[in-house]
Amino acid sequence: MKINDLIKNLNADIINIADVDREIVGGYCGDFLSVVMGKAPESAGWFTIMNNQNVAAVATLTDVGVIILCDGVKPDPLLDKKVRDVDINCITTSLSVFDAVKKSGL
Amino acid sequence: MSEALHLEFEVAGNNFVSAGGASDEVKKTLKMLGVSTASIRKVAIAMYEGEINMVIHAGGGRAIVDIYRDRIVIVLQDNGPGIPDIDLALTEGYSTATDSIRDLGFGAGMGLPNMKKYTDEFKIESEVGKGTTVTMVVNFV
Repeated sequence: MKINDLIKNLNADIINIADVDREIVGGYCGDFLSVVMGKAPESAGWFTIMNNQNVAAVATLTDVGVIILCDGVKPDPLLDKKVRDVDINCITTSLSVFDAVKKSGL
Repeated sequence: MSEALHLEFEVAGNNFVSAGGASDEVKKTLKMLGVSTASIRKVAIAMYEGEINMVIHAGGGRAIVDIYRDRIVIVLQDNGPGIPDIDLALTEGYSTATDSIRDLGFGAGMGLPNMKKYTDEFKIESEVGKGTTVTMVVNFV
């Protein structure tokens, strides 16, 4: 699935889009970063409510396709800056993690 | 490349802004060298976990990295409090992280298990009161 379709499905706001053509494949839900690092597949949509700068580091190192901040969570200022600096995909939705997964179509 | 490409990094303690910088540098270097994405992912995860452990538990440390044609050797050295029971520390879910560290999303007790899982060779030497040295090898595929 392309990110634009995901954005539409989740009625999401864009924090940063690095690669509009990136194919998002599957997903992973989690807030404990080490668990996400160990289990999130490459190119996945990562559904989380964690919003600090370490989220960007984990997303970059594991090469997930997009960070999806759920429950109306916005990135804190450091994460907001970091997703732009390292240029990774990050969106935010008012949906809960549960509803976001259901509506994502992933 | 018969000789190793040698890299060294200082990892600052309790600094979550710079945490992950060394892992990111190594990841970029491996990408430049044409190492497979599967191997890069293993290295990135194992090294980031190690870096974070030094940031959280040891007041920082040093990462010494040697990249060969067919593998990478990562040595993480710190002068932190040491690990009294290594087997226990390697148990999934066991953590000594504080609540404030958990609030940051760490402390799930998956750090050392992930490091072991994503490396082909893994060794911890630790002395209470003196520090810990972790040696990890990832063979490139």
